[in-house]
Amino acid sequence: MTWLLVWPIAVPVLTAALCLVAWPFPRGQRWISLTGMLVLLAGALLLLRGVVAEGATSAQMGDWAAPYGITLVADTLSASLVFVTAVIGLGVSIYAVTDLDAGREVFGFHPLFHALLTGVGGSFLTGDIFNLYVWFEVMVIASFGLMALGGERRQVDGAVKYVVLNLVATAMLLTAIALLYGVTGTLNMADLARVVGEHPAPGRIAVIATLFLVAFGMKAAVFPLYFWLPASYHTPAAAVSAIFAALLTKVGIYAVIRTFTLIFTVGEGYTNALILVIGVLTMLAGVLGAIAQTEVRRVLSFNLVSGIGVILAGVGLDSAAGMTGALVYTLHHIVVMAALFMAAGVIERAGGSGDLNRLGSLYVRRPWLTVLFFVAAMSLAGVPPLSGFWPKVLLVQASLEADAFIVAAAVLVTGLLTLYSVAKVWAMSFWRSTPKREPAPGATGGARAAIVPVAALAGLSFLIGIWAQPVISLAQRSANELMAPSDYVVTVLGRAR
Amino acid sequence: MEPVLAITIGVLVACSVFLLLSRDLVRVMLGIAILSNAVNLVLFTVGELTRNAPPLIPDNLKTPAGPVANPLPQALILTAIVIGFSLLAFALVLTYRAYTALGTVDVDAMRAAEPAYTDQHPPSGTEGGDATGVTTAANRHREAAE
Repeated sequence: MTWLLVWPIAVPVLTAALCLVAWPFPRGQRWISLTGMLVLLAGALLLLRGVVAEGATSAQMGDWAAPYGITLVADTLSASLVFVTAVIGLGVSIYAVTDLDAGREVFGFHPLFHALLTGVGGSFLTGDIFNLYVWFEVMVIASFGLMALGGERRQVDGAVKYVVLNLVATAMLLTAIALLYGVTGTLNMADLARVVGEHPAPGRIAVIATLFLVAFGMKAAVFPLYFWLPASYHTPAAAVSAIFAALLTKVGIYAVIRTFTLIFTVGEGYTNALILVIGVLTMLAGVLGAIAQTEVRRVLSFNLVSGIGVILAGVGLDSAAGMTGALVYTLHHIVVMAALFMAAGVIERAGGSGDLNRLGSLYVRRPWLTVLFFVAAMSLAGVPPLSGFWPKVLLVQASLEADAFIVAAAVLVTGLLTLYSVAKVWAMSFWRSTPKREPAPGATGGARAAIVPVAALAGLSFLIGIWAQPVISLAQRSANELMAPSDYVVTVLGRAR
Repeated sequence: MEPVLAITIGVLVACSVFLLLSRDLVRVMLGIAILSNAVNLVLFTVGELTRNAPPLIPDNLKTPAGPVANPLPQALILTAIVIGFSLLAFALVLTYRAYTALGTVDVDAMRAAEPAYTDQHPPSGTEGGDATGVTTAANRHREAAE
């Protein structure tokens, strides 16, 4: 099964290379891209099945034994995130094929998209902290390309802020890794867990841990480091926004979860309290920002920030129950955010603008989209029986068990305000009637097929909502593994240590 | 040697933070360039400096004879230099592109993606057909952006 660990990295990088070879043939690139996504999905499914059946697995690259070489590890969390990445990747690539304008496609959307997925897959699977930095960079450089692809004025403006703040975050991450290496002398995450646990100077470790939290927090867009996200995520093509919103911040969150459950477990009260406070502030600041916005994708960007806060609060509770809620919320949020951003793209095509002041009566022309956006929006707000409901139940339960009443209240208030912000989008763009019921200037209509991936992901959210047990048990299993990291260490370093 | 490097790193980081806080995008890019080099020096310094002892293993031995310099930081720095270089190259091209597209390198004047909020009447879904007030506000948005 160990060869499957390379799959989520090798398949997208090969697909990207083949797309580059097929550069003069955009139609050929489409087929290569879709085939590559299907192969990736098959591999990710096999990996997840293998991990669920046999437990965590690891592979040493180049057969260099564990603490010295680069290790790839898949535990339940990594495998399920890789799987959901492949699902979303397939959805977004179908959407891109139907929706993307020729200019963006000709100038390398497909190779950049698969390069991005390479970085995401590598970040989820690596067991080496410096290698994690390298995968982050693969992801970041591909995302720079995608962000600027098209070169519209507001896109360039958004890209400048995105690039500068990501570069500063990168420098901080590398500093943190360097200092950690200086203190411990190792880069392997399992080995770090062992060395850091026995380290005589926990004060230094706490400083380094905080530096990691700042670096990953910038990538994950947490309060007060999130301003680059709503400044840029509404500017690129809708397909690009969708994949960014679904995956990039989640990689930052994954890195926070991995490092703070595996490596930085000393002085736990301090960092967990910090994560909890940041989480609560992020969810409230995000949702309040969403209410103030009048453009579809900007509302969604702020809701994305708010969701990151909900996940972080679950992580900060430092209990298996809180972690379970956070992980279910992560999976739900990835699916729903991709669906909503793709739906926003369809709205912009159909209405000619993303500005709520100019949209209206779309239900006449797009009845199905009206239903699908409603489902996805209600799911984001946590209305039963959709997928957003269960993680909120789990999180509120977990925070009440931990006597963290403020967290429970914040999650509920955030849900209510989220409902308000997305209901406003739905009411203003679909439901309210405008005097002239003809398309606004600039409304190209867009391909009808673009609604298929939106329908698939909104349907998936509904399915998770009514049949939640598989996802919850997967998250419970991941949470138990994360709370007892010794299994991870044994998987990587072997039983001898 | 370490104190000298530590002070150098401190000075470099101070310079780069000063440049990063500038409103001029070109200065910001210079700040990023200096910051990435300062971080490379951090990597170099934390790897423990050992003089005159290359990490070479004699032919007849399997481990180095005596203490040698740590070769790993160099590999890490090389990786970081390559990555930092490519990111900086992209960022510089983007800066030039921003200058040609937006006509300025003053980040405060770059409001194309986030136009200043001029709309005095927050949208309320109940207005329905009231196209006039809303549309002029939206047009002002667009004019401010263009």
